[in-house]
Amino acid sequence: MSHTELEQLMERQYPYGFATDLESEAAPRGLDENIVRLISSKKTEPPFLLAFRLKALRHWLTMKEPRWANVHHPPINYQDIIYYSAPKRRAAPNSLDEVDPEVRRMFDKLGISLVEQERLTGVAVDAVVDSVSVATTFQKRLAELGVIFCSFSEAVQKHPDLVEQYLGSVVPYTDNFFATLNSAVFTDGSFCYVPRGVRCPMELSTYFRINAAGTGQFERTLIIAEPSSFVSYLEGCTAPMRDENQLHAAVVELIALDDAEIRYATVQNWYPGDKEGRGGIYNFVTKRGKCKGARSKISWTQVETGSAITWKYPSCILAGDDSVGEFSSVALVNHHQQADTGTKMIHLGRNTRSTILSKGISAGHGQNTYRGLVKIAEGATGARNYSQCDSLLLGDQCGAHTFPNIEVANSTAQLEHEASTSKISEDQLFYCRQRGLSAEDAVSLIVNGFCKQVLQKLPMEFAVEAQRLLALKLEGSVG
Amino acid sequence: MLSIRDLHVSVAGREVLRGVDLELRVGEVHAIMGPNGSGKSTLAHVLAGKDGYLVTRGEVRFQGEDLLALPPEERARRGVFLAFQYPVEIPGVGNLYFLKAAFNAVRRERGLEELDAIDFLALARERMKLVELDPALLDRPVNQGFSGGEKKRNEIFQMAVLEPKLAILDETDSGLDIDALKIVARGINAMRAPKRASLVITHYQRLLDYVVPDRVHVLVDGRIVESGDSSLALRLEERGYRLREEARP
Repeated sequence: MSHTELEQLMERQYPYGFATDLESEAAPRGLDENIVRLISSKKTEPPFLLAFRLKALRHWLTMKEPRWANVHHPPINYQDIIYYSAPKRRAAPNSLDEVDPEVRRMFDKLGISLVEQERLTGVAVDAVVDSVSVATTFQKRLAELGVIFCSFSEAVQKHPDLVEQYLGSVVPYTDNFFATLNSAVFTDGSFCYVPRGVRCPMELSTYFRINAAGTGQFERTLIIAEPSSFVSYLEGCTAPMRDENQLHAAVVELIALDDAEIRYATVQNWYPGDKEGRGGIYNFVTKRGKCKGARSKISWTQVETGSAITWKYPSCILAGDDSVGEFSSVALVNHHQQADTGTKMIHLGRNTRSTILSKGISAGHGQNTYRGLVKIAEGATGARNYSQCDSLLLGDQCGAHTFPNIEVANSTAQLEHEASTSKISEDQLFYCRQRGLSAEDAVSLIVNGFCKQVLQKLPMEFAVEAQRLLALKLEGSVG
Repeated sequence: MLSIRDLHVSVAGREVLRGVDLELRVGEVHAIMGPNGSGKSTLAHVLAGKDGYLVTRGEVRFQGEDLLALPPEERARRGVFLAFQYPVEIPGVGNLYFLKAAFNAVRRERGLEELDAIDFLALARERMKLVELDPALLDRPVNQGFSGGEKKRNEIFQMAVLEPKLAILDETDSGLDIDALKIVARGINAMRAPKRASLVITHYQRLLDYVVPDRVHVLVDGRIVESGDSSLALRLEERGYRLREEARP
């Protein structure tokens, strides 16, 4: 491949980098009790929620930003962020016809037609722009089964008891710097409740979009699966190209009761910054699921391709006996992206099982870190874990790092850990090209082969999307 | 079809090919024999476009075109196929999927319609009979966990599917038992056609019992020192490669 061809590919722009001119309503920059009260009153929240936020804020003010992650960034000025920004609208839309046409056009441009989604694909979508949910599809059909799928704000108004019971029960407001910040200022997100014995008949999906400049996005997702229920949930994210760094600090809490199963999949494609490393999203997210009930199961599948910095450890607390946790991850960094990601599997119940499958791909100057903890508590008799961490390097300027931690307090535990690091070899590339594949197609083929075990766990349409995304992200990374 | 003139090639500063001349016409099968280190595999790699080889002099024309100016995938799409001496493993990529991607890349180049998964599977199943390849290997990752013989047969299978114009077989016979050798030879012979040509690189004469070449060339120290018909291979087997050189005044 010629040099110029390569350069053209390298120049290829982030396709979701447009900004939409939405009229929005924003709070002043900075964070104090007044801002928190403002957010709470804008959303006409019940007193318990304001109290939760204020406790979190007061605690946050005593905390320091963590420095242990293997990522580097200039200090974040938390007083220079806008903590509340919402697309203006007259009243909550009752149907999609009432959604602001600009918002609808924005989602059309992203390839997520809210109208089409509702009619055709059988995926229910909650669309979140900046801090506010703008549309949720399929609500009526889901409601017939008793499934609640709505924006977090709507849940606060209509199902305050459930919110009060479960909010902070998996990620307490004191948990960590970013989760505590989120607890004080979160503005919206998705809420899902699946009643006893119900198998949710369609994929539920939230699509997050940061649009306004200078804004942080702090969303909160809460999913509750009652005994013997099942739900599969997808999350997608994009943002416009801006030369500043925008903070995204979300919290996701999952609760699975007896025999319930939650599958949570993410394809994260926040703006990663330009090829010199300017701009991009700081993605500092706390995701945790609690297998509260016996024989419950939670699985996290993530494909992380975006963000300037990713700091994220979707975890499982395996409290119920015989509960199962799974973490399957593909993290790809190119140019100057940094990712520090992994999982924690906390085994508390008897005969709990967990599987960790991590595939890290580093290209350009990207730095990729796997960080994991497998903890077997004293009471977790018969616990088992299998971990596999594989790294693939493209080029010689990038890095792969692995920090697996294991803490075992019960001698019956069985743990296995396998790790590998490999480079795409010249021989592999030549072999593919000798058969007629271009260098780009060859890399994409090899990378997709490397990630196959993880991609297979994604729902069909998402897997195709993820493969396409990986290929796109790697264009120009080899010559 | 293939015309090599005064080809000089260096690897890491050392001259490995020192003026190779070769004419391969449509419909012909030529064998290149020679001792270890004589430059046989270098010739195969240079023709296929592998990195790391510096052509310092000479030219290679394929169907009238400057072959050395093309990247490897362009050569492949024009019909140059290399059966690797050491086929490469690609974890996680299914054998059938890989071959279909290659097949359709070649079809696109030739302005033909791509085959869908079902039609391609039918083609693959038919062609794999030729080399008696276990159909289970279609779904396994490319060459991963294949035995030595399976890898070589997989190469010939790929060749049978891709139907190249010029097939270069780099020591395809090495490491094969006699039954596997016969199967591989059958695959190569099945590819013999008036529109195609093959370059069979081998260390031993035994493959040439089953694939009878039109011409045999002896490569020693980066030069073709002797050429002849298929009987040359038999004579070489008896007297070895060096004799001819030593016999020189």
